[in-house]
Amino acid sequence: MKQINLKINGIAINVDEGMTVLEAAKKLNIRIPTLCYHKDLCTAGNCRVCVVEQVGRDRLVASCATPAQEGMEILTNSLQVRNSRKHIIELLLSEHNADCTKCYKNGNCELQNLASEYKITNPDFIDLVPYKNYAYDDLSPSIIKDDSKCIRCQRCVRTCAEIQHLSALCVAHKGHEMKISTFAEKPLQEVVCATCGQCVIHCPTGALTEKNYIEEVWDAIADKDKHVVVQTAPAVRVGLGEEFGIEKNDGRVTGQMVAALRRLGFDAVLDTDFTADLTIMEEGTELLTRLKKALVENDKDVQLPLFTSCSPGWIKFVEHTHPDRLKNLSTCKSPQQMFGALAKTYYAEKRKINPENIVSVSIMPCTAKKFEADRPEMRDSGYKDVDYVLTTRELAIMIKQAGIEFSRLDEEKYDRLMGESTGAAVIFGATGGVMEAALRTAYELVTGREIPFEHLDITPVRGFDGIKEASLTIEDALPDWDFLNGVTLNCAIAHGLDNAHHLLKRMDSGEASYHFVEFMACPGGCLGGGGQPIPTSPEIRKKRMKAIYAEDGDMPLRKSHENPEIIDVYREFLGEPLSEKSHHLLHTHYKARERY
Amino acid sequence: MSDVQTLVKGLVKSYGRQETSLMPILQGVIKVERSISESAMIEIARELEISTAKVFGMASFYSFLDTKPRGKYVIRICKTITCAMKGKNQILLALEDSLKIKVGETTHDKHFTLLETNCLGWCHKAPAMLINEEVYTELTPEKVRQIIEEYKKNEVVD
Amino acid sequence: MGTKHLRRMDLIFTRDDDYKNLVKDILSRKNEDIINEMMESGLKGRGGAGFPTGLKWKLTSEKPEATKYIICNADEGEPGTFKDREILTQVPYKVLTGMAACAKVIGAKEGFIYLRGEYHFLVDLLSKAIDEFHQICKVNSFDFNVYIFLGSGAYICGEESALMESMEGKRGEPRNKPPFPTDLGYLNKPTVVNNVETLAHAFTILKLGAKDFHDLGVQDSHGSKLFSVSGDTPIPGIYELELGMSVQDFADDFGDGDCKAVQVGGASGFLVPRKRFKETSIGYQGKLKGISLPTGGSMMLFNSSRSMYNVLSNYLDFFQEESCGQCTPCRVGCQQLVKGIEQVKRGEKPAAYLDVLLKLTDTMKVTAKCGLGQSVANSFQSIVENFKEEMIY
Repeated sequence: MKQINLKINGIAINVDEGMTVLEAAKKLNIRIPTLCYHKDLCTAGNCRVCVVEQVGRDRLVASCATPAQEGMEILTNSLQVRNSRKHIIELLLSEHNADCTKCYKNGNCELQNLASEYKITNPDFIDLVPYKNYAYDDLSPSIIKDDSKCIRCQRCVRTCAEIQHLSALCVAHKGHEMKISTFAEKPLQEVVCATCGQCVIHCPTGALTEKNYIEEVWDAIADKDKHVVVQTAPAVRVGLGEEFGIEKNDGRVTGQMVAALRRLGFDAVLDTDFTADLTIMEEGTELLTRLKKALVENDKDVQLPLFTSCSPGWIKFVEHTHPDRLKNLSTCKSPQQMFGALAKTYYAEKRKINPENIVSVSIMPCTAKKFEADRPEMRDSGYKDVDYVLTTRELAIMIKQAGIEFSRLDEEKYDRLMGESTGAAVIFGATGGVMEAALRTAYELVTGREIPFEHLDITPVRGFDGIKEASLTIEDALPDWDFLNGVTLNCAIAHGLDNAHHLLKRMDSGEASYHFVEFMACPGGCLGGGGQPIPTSPEIRKKRMKAIYAEDGDMPLRKSHENPEIIDVYREFLGEPLSEKSHHLLHTHYKARERY
Repeated sequence: MSDVQTLVKGLVKSYGRQETSLMPILQGVIKVERSISESAMIEIARELEISTAKVFGMASFYSFLDTKPRGKYVIRICKTITCAMKGKNQILLALEDSLKIKVGETTHDKHFTLLETNCLGWCHKAPAMLINEEVYTELTPEKVRQIIEEYKKNEVVD
Repeated sequence: MGTKHLRRMDLIFTRDDDYKNLVKDILSRKNEDIINEMMESGLKGRGGAGFPTGLKWKLTSEKPEATKYIICNADEGEPGTFKDREILTQVPYKVLTGMAACAKVIGAKEGFIYLRGEYHFLVDLLSKAIDEFHQICKVNSFDFNVYIFLGSGAYICGEESALMESMEGKRGEPRNKPPFPTDLGYLNKPTVVNNVETLAHAFTILKLGAKDFHDLGVQDSHGSKLFSVSGDTPIPGIYELELGMSVQDFADDFGDGDCKAVQVGGASGFLVPRKRFKETSIGYQGKLKGISLPTGGSMMLFNSSRSMYNVLSNYLDFFQEESCGQCTPCRVGCQQLVKGIEQVKRGEKPAAYLDVLLKLTDTMKVTAKCGLGQSVANSFQSIVENFKEEMIY
């Protein structure tokens, strides 16, 4: 690649052609502040905070949007740069409701950091907030949009368009009235929002935040009459440590998290991973049943491919944008909701607790899970199956509020009964994980042999490629499944709704055809979920993915069907996969929603 | 199919489904309806396979692509410097008086909407205004009263 | 008034019934010939930015892409400018000929006229001219089609990258540069965007030859230029004058005898107070003595009855509404300026606050993403510095 020579603050550097000034400076360990720039997104160059001086030019240039050029001399900290940058930060603050102490993002705000760095203690400019008629939208169960905190960097708009292909958010109006809005300025609840929360983790300020249920959960914990159970999703254990600066052990904090949850006062600390294993049993059986219907019974009504249904953001996306594909969705509830339904039935029975007195809390890497828990379909236990959904971030807040020195906690184990899990469950947290877990179990069910991958690591379905494909030919099947002999199962995986959209298009056009497809709403899967710690970036997601697979590798059991508690729940309660009871408690249905 | 759906489908047929057609389609809706309703935006989004929010973001950017309901005749009086110097406020008062509405409002019979706009490019013949696409220049209070009377008369005849 | 210092030219609006032969002639010339002619003429973009037209054509002609575009920028939105409308009304064929010459040189098969929505009434007339022109192209076996693209009321779309965004069905938000339109323009193809007047001058140059055009004007500011004259003048209208004139001569010719200041280049241009009339000339930066102001041709005259506070306030309202709103310095800066001068005028802020605002405009000038935000400083600084007392009392 062509090399470019330039100087930054007098230091010569040689970079690849196409690299921006911002990136070149980073190579020299010179940090240029940014706001609208985000590694996950296309370049906007609109906040102007990253302006630098290019010697010989009258005007400053936005370093995020300026390619390094031969012979360039850049100054990142000249007087003009400093004064201009300070002005720009002050301007942003003048349009911003800078009541930081009352802000949910206080302490985790990029604008606040810059204001602090530049010591904006005595701003020159007029406070414009009183002149604005800022909207506050808290109607969505997942996301709060507070326009008074918005700095118009458009990161959310780009996220919703580029990563999620929804464009529920847009830029509206112009000039002084320009704002981030939705179709006809409707509340998020009424538009094609998947509630995935990607906008939340890409927002630099408090303009987009999760709707938090921290106080409700504290109240429940404090209520002596309530038995509060908590479940933790696979990806939480590889993200939570970031909130406490934990890097050792790949940032995995499963044991400390369990200890912390106990200290917060939860009556039972259980694992969503248990129902992830259960999902494999149900969904795997559903897949095999659909295959049988299609291949043996020639049933024309059977819908293939089967689409996974663990990701509520993905579900809402299909409901809005591809209602013709609802029949392809697995009827399995997500692990969170399976857990909720069992907590107030199976668990209540076994523990002899009146389900009325159970409060079911889940810790999720996700904001869409809040929406999912609120769906009217999710009351099959006779109660609201999951009462409160907290994100990884909210859990971190609670741990800090409780004064727990998280990093010093000794590791503890989950409680019994819905606390046991396998490596197949923990990989649900990464894109391709549900597929891998399903294949580990389904292959063995059908052939009686372990899937032929070293250490059971099905590497073709792992990694960050937007769309992944894998094929598996079945040979020597057990007698029950001999119709699968010689059949090549074609699978695909997409993560991020933009990739999902493209994969669906390929299927619609007949360009591609599969038997089983895993979809996750967020980039990287749940580990990159909208409820995970902020910031996010490709590197951070990569680290979390490494942690997920390390967690899997360390588990004594790696296959869902080997989970002893799963064997128990079928024996004692559900009967068998897809039994009537399973159908009642663990399966659901979907509804078409407005596309526009 | 509603009127607006028929209208949008017709426009899409003449301009095509690519995004470069978005502006002409929005303009086509304005020409007939004088504003772009939510249902029009939904229909356009469906036809062009883009998000409704994008259509709204686009329409709300351009002053002439109104998304609020407007009257049959949209009057836009230029408020930029030369027109302001040459008596735009007097023209505005005369218009408000003849129409019995304030800037930004629409008459009860939905015939007229009164708006201000930026430079129309008739500074040498200021003050100037547009009524829909029609230009009126070198306005005086008497002249605008007459113009409005003409429009009102034609409405009665219609 | 009455004195006539300035030579009135009549190149642009002269009817040319023989233009069909010129088209034929241009189409038979070598591309290098045409480019050289354009370069030698010294013609610079007449929209206000002043980029050498021949060079723009040359750069685009060198791009290997099969699809390229020529766009005529008729989004004439600068307050006080109305010459392009008149060119398109009176001599549209000159503009079309200029477009065809460019299309031939760069290898474009499609051209667009981005006509501001305010000029909707021109569509029929222009369409007719285009139909006729298509016939001429056909006769000369030249594969070139011109389409009108109508704007919808957004000043910022006069900025070339915003204009192309708008044509692509997007909000008119200026792009980052580089890449420039000559590399990645409309639909990411190499694109020439020329002002209406620039293309009309191209006609003159290709008809009369580069020398005649080059000989006009003073030093670096070659050729004639259309000026849109408005405000406190007994003779508002459009005038073709040589570049390089002094504002004094201009005020003498066009003022009402009580001329206090001339705004050169519209709201985004500079206000020249009477005391600077003599030392200020109109043209491109070069060897001219004193201050030299480039302009799209808007000349607004103010007599002593005018309050410069009202003038500035009007401009700033214009900018805060017409900013696309994407970049911080322009979006928020304009609002601060509007509120700031209001509060100084009302005595809610001290007079010294004007210095804070002046510094703010310095920042806007160097940090705004496009020419709109960068140029707000021009009128703000030239008005506040020259008429401070009017801002305060």
